[in-house]
Amino acid sequence: MASSEEVFEKVQAALVDALGVEEDEVTPEATMVGDLGAESIDFLDIVFKLEKAFAINIPREELFPDDILTNAEYVKDGKVTDQGIAELKARLPWANLSRFESNPRVQDFGNLLTVNDLCRYVERKL
Amino acid sequence: MRWFWIDRFDKFVVGQEAVTVKNVTLGEEPLDDYLPGYPHYPHSLIIEGMAQTGGLLLAQIQEFQQRVVLAKVTKALFHRMVGPGDQLRLTARVLSLQDDGAIVQGSVEVDEQPQAEMELTFAFLDQSFSDKPFFIPGDLCRILRTLKLFAVGVHPDGTPIQIPQHMLDGEYELLTGEVT
Repeated sequence: MASSEEVFEKVQAALVDALGVEEDEVTPEATMVGDLGAESIDFLDIVFKLEKAFAINIPREELFPDDILTNAEYVKDGKVTDQGIAELKARLPWANLSRFESNPRVQDFGNLLTVNDLCRYVERKL
Repeated sequence: MRWFWIDRFDKFVVGQEAVTVKNVTLGEEPLDDYLPGYPHYPHSLIIEGMAQTGGLLLAQIQEFQQRVVLAKVTKALFHRMVGPGDQLRLTARVLSLQDDGAIVQGSVEVDEQPQAEMELTFAFLDQSFSDKPFFIPGDLCRILRTLKLFAVGVHPDGTPIQIPQHMLDGEYELLTGEVT
């Protein structure tokens, strides 16, 4: 069982490699898109590198709940409904959704994931 | 305009691996113009050659109806220069294949010595990028025949690949002007 520190170090290495960022930029609080400049295609690479580094399988929907965010049942006027938030929490128990909950605009979801979220996700898979 | 930076497929295993050959000659413009007095083949074109090798390997999976683009050069490491008379051997291997893209590992050899290593990320375009194909099917068929892709292409079990019917139809249309 890897320690949280070991997980962070491996996640950090994967992000440095995939995004061409400096090690000190990859802090636990850094957001993947806003702070580290990840674009959608980078996630393909990040997921691949994490799968290799930790010998785990990462189904795409576990990290990217696109089906929830595009489901009319869970989205109203561009915002995720309470029911949708509950779905997101169930699907992404490792993600910190507290800030998103205060103004759950679908368009902001893409910039939600932090390095710490990713570490917590990986830890649950180990 | 032609934009081919590979000459021929030597090996093609569906969804797994492709090997192409590229002969470098002084007759090519990029060698003269890139660094006058020191003719060498630009590294960027070696990356493009690998993108073509890997891109066609990926496109074939969906019978060349998937629009594959090079999205990112994750890594490219060059060990030596390439000059007139050299022959590049480019090997592309699929490392990861997803619904929206793929990662390909590339290695290049000259005289059986490592010349370059790279990792490329490809994206598969969806309908939000229009629904127009990149190539006229008949044209692409002709190009792939020229590159000997169908001559060497096999499935992992060793059985030869077939030219997709939509490409044969396109080729027929190109040659005769008649739609099948």
